[in-house]
Amino acid sequence: MIGAIEVSTEWYLVLSAVLFSIGAVGLLIRRNPLVMFMCVELMLNAVNVTFVAMGTELNDVGGQIAVFFVLVVAAVEVVVGLALVVAINRRRLGASADDISVLRG
Amino acid sequence: MTAETITFVVGAIIILAGALGVVGSKNPVHSALFLVQTLMGVALLFVVQEAHFLAAVQIVVYAGAIVILFLFVIMLLGVDKAEEWQIKEPIAGQRPIAVIVGAALLGLGIVTTIIASDGLTGQVRGLGDKALTSEYTDVERIGRVLFSDYALSFEITAGLLTIAVIAAVVLTRSVRGEDLLEDLEPASMAIPAAAPFGGNDSDHGDAHDAPAESSSDESGEDES
Repeated sequence: MIGAIEVSTEWYLVLSAVLFSIGAVGLLIRRNPLVMFMCVELMLNAVNVTFVAMGTELNDVGGQIAVFFVLVVAAVEVVVGLALVVAINRRRLGASADDISVLRG
Repeated sequence: MTAETITFVVGAIIILAGALGVVGSKNPVHSALFLVQTLMGVALLFVVQEAHFLAAVQIVVYAGAIVILFLFVIMLLGVDKAEEWQIKEPIAGQRPIAVIVGAALLGLGIVTTIIASDGLTGQVRGLGDKALTSEYTDVERIGRVLFSDYALSFEITAGLLTIAVIAAVVLTRSVRGEDLLEDLEPASMAIPAAAPFGGNDSDHGDAHDAPAESSSDESGEDES
């Protein structure tokens, strides 16, 4: 009988670990910078799940405040990252991360 | 099963399926749409944990702004062709190693959770306004703490956003001809060069695979 299963904080932490791992693997194996940014978003969301779960566990609103700031930083990261992608695509060809391996110019 | 358990399982399935879709999709547009699915699942879990304000912000900011920004850039640059799976790996065995690293991260997270779960006693620790059980509503509680204890962080956040806006404007300003990086050859010269973006010579680039150098020269002259 599975009537007594209750969701505990550990469930959220394990889910967060799985989501973070998927994001990390995607970041490592994908070559398209846009998809790599999306994988970074996945990892940030995994951390957000952890923050809210622990905030609920500890009965403290600090976890939700942290998520708020993570959201802001994620937005900033996307803005600057996409600006970089646009700038690189304007100047030269090749949208793959392997083409942008030289930091000069 | 309680309602919370069912909701958690459904949300977890939505999240993980979306995450796998983001990583596995060949088309970046599909990745962006799977990302929306994952963000919705995370918002669902926020609702389950009674973080209603964050659930709304998650949908408005992430699904409404960030993913749309992704889609704008994808459409603007036309990089939505099927990409990279057939390109040879720059580092030998990178993908297997990446999967191993991911499995190691997963194992680390689960082991840490198991070890730390002894400390999760569920005892109440929040005090005063910070407690989730205080008499305020969700938005009131976040607002009170955000503008008192975290006021300095909030102001720094404003500065960060301003810097990001300025950076975006500076990075994407129109390019003069002399700024072009003509001397840099792409590492993947063996790959046929795609058509340059934003020039009226795109038919020329499509007709025969022009070398990257001459194409960038032409597009630079067009833009300047």
